[in-house]
Amino acid sequence: MGLIGELWKGLKVTGGEMIRTITGKRMLTTQYPKEFREKPQRFHGRHVLNRYPDGMEKCIGCELCAGACPARCIYVRGADNPPDDPVSPGERYGFVYEINFLRCIFCALCVEACPTEAITMTHLFEFSMTNREDAIFTKEELLMRPDGTVPHMFPDDPFADLSELQVADGWVRATAPSGYAEYEGVQMWQGTPGPGDWSPEPSQDERDS
Amino acid sequence: MDGIDVLIVALRVVGVFALLILVTIVNIWAERKIVADFQNRLGPMRAGPYGILQTLADAFKLMFKEAVIPRNVERLVYHAAPFLAVIPAFLIALNIPWGRPFTIGSREIVLQGVDINVGLLFILACSSMAVYAVVLAGWASGSKYPLLGGIRGTAQAISYEAAMGLALVSVVMFSATYPGVEGGTFSLAEIVERQAGTWGGFIPRWNIIPLIPAFVIFFIAAIAETNRAPFDLVEAEQELTGGYFTEYSGIRWAMFFLGEYINIFTMSALTATLFLGGWNGPTWDGVLPAWISGILPTVWLFVKTYVLVFIFFWIRATLPRFRYDQLMQLGWKRLIPGAVLWLILSTVVIGFRQFGAPWG
Repeated sequence: MGLIGELWKGLKVTGGEMIRTITGKRMLTTQYPKEFREKPQRFHGRHVLNRYPDGMEKCIGCELCAGACPARCIYVRGADNPPDDPVSPGERYGFVYEINFLRCIFCALCVEACPTEAITMTHLFEFSMTNREDAIFTKEELLMRPDGTVPHMFPDDPFADLSELQVADGWVRATAPSGYAEYEGVQMWQGTPGPGDWSPEPSQDERDS
Repeated sequence: MDGIDVLIVALRVVGVFALLILVTIVNIWAERKIVADFQNRLGPMRAGPYGILQTLADAFKLMFKEAVIPRNVERLVYHAAPFLAVIPAFLIALNIPWGRPFTIGSREIVLQGVDINVGLLFILACSSMAVYAVVLAGWASGSKYPLLGGIRGTAQAISYEAAMGLALVSVVMFSATYPGVEGGTFSLAEIVERQAGTWGGFIPRWNIIPLIPAFVIFFIAAIAETNRAPFDLVEAEQELTGGYFTEYSGIRWAMFFLGEYINIFTMSALTATLFLGGWNGPTWDGVLPAWISGILPTVWLFVKTYVLVFIFFWIRATLPRFRYDQLMQLGWKRLIPGAVLWLILSTVVIGFRQFGAPWG
């Protein structure tokens, strides 16, 4: 009787799950192109290179992102800012910035490494390419426009959701130093990749004193 | 016997063939949907409404795939094995009475491919033949995983064939107790006819009610005979990468699948025929139009069959695969002694009822 009893126990479990599926109480499948799942706040999508509210590029060409990248998919070459027409505040700017998305593992270590929040991640993950060259995104494709919008690969695609590029992933927020008590009420990150309103980060001496 | 009789026989055989192909297409889809339901998934949704055309799409894909033949195969046996898997499955289905015989004009038409008077023995023989497909495919593939699958198939088939045969003996003996008949019968049409009527006016006179242990043993053995989970050690994807059909691809591989799914359906139909009264059921003759009353028995058989097919899928979605020693223990230590005990018991009871107590 033990065998049949155990069998019945198992059948009850699966049968119960079946009833829950049929009555619509539980369903794991989302019919992907027809319906979309809500992405988590810290979703890691395609990168974007940010600008300051005045239109200056944030990237200073320090190559820390390239150094942090475990997949070695970022290539940065910095150049000195032209004194009469600076691209970024400070001495240097990212002259060449390329990410190979065939290698990128979307770990966001580059976002953590970036001292100026120049590189952040968006919620866009639907980008496909038909040859390997297209997988290397250049600075023109990654950098946001001065008005705060981000170039999309397929802007004409009916399925393309341009707003996904406007949502910064919450990882920036998680790594921002707002955990310290003295930062309470000070916004150290921005929710969108566009030019936002946030205080500059105080220097380390200021914070530790 | 004139031309029309020959035509009718041909139609019966072709009809069974067409029915099995059609039912297999539906069953593969149904299994994927039902198992998906058990796992809170949707299953195939894209090909046709609710993915109903998915099986057709898969079948066409398999037809056009390249069939790779490895170098080490034993050519003749390798090519014959898929047919050995399918043909016995068809032969079993030919014996099952799919509905109540009806008359058109002066001809009586039986909805059965062929009524052999030793039909039950023929079916046992055929289901044993199906094991050769597993064994020969495993051996002829010339590589180790299929061979292991084939060896497992041999032992499993021998163990469960015995239990299955022993369980069936009580059905044959019990058919002798039907009022107004002389002796038992091996003919499936007659076994069905001897389950007609009721006990006490409301309990259907199905074999399952007096013979429930035989039913349980037979159904477990049927699952094992069709190599379905939890008895799918011969294919065991995780251990044997597909078992006996590892080296098969394309349409030859599809033939094994076709055989397996036909076997599920025919084994369920056979269980329904032997234990659940076959096509017996209320037909309301005279109340309903004649053609509805004529179709209803077939509908009843299909309802019973699909309840059993659903149990096949349910068990597959529930139980993990048996370990090899567990398989052998269940077969030899539980099912066969159980079947023998049940056989002795039912022999004694039926003997007393037929001939009276020897001391009386």
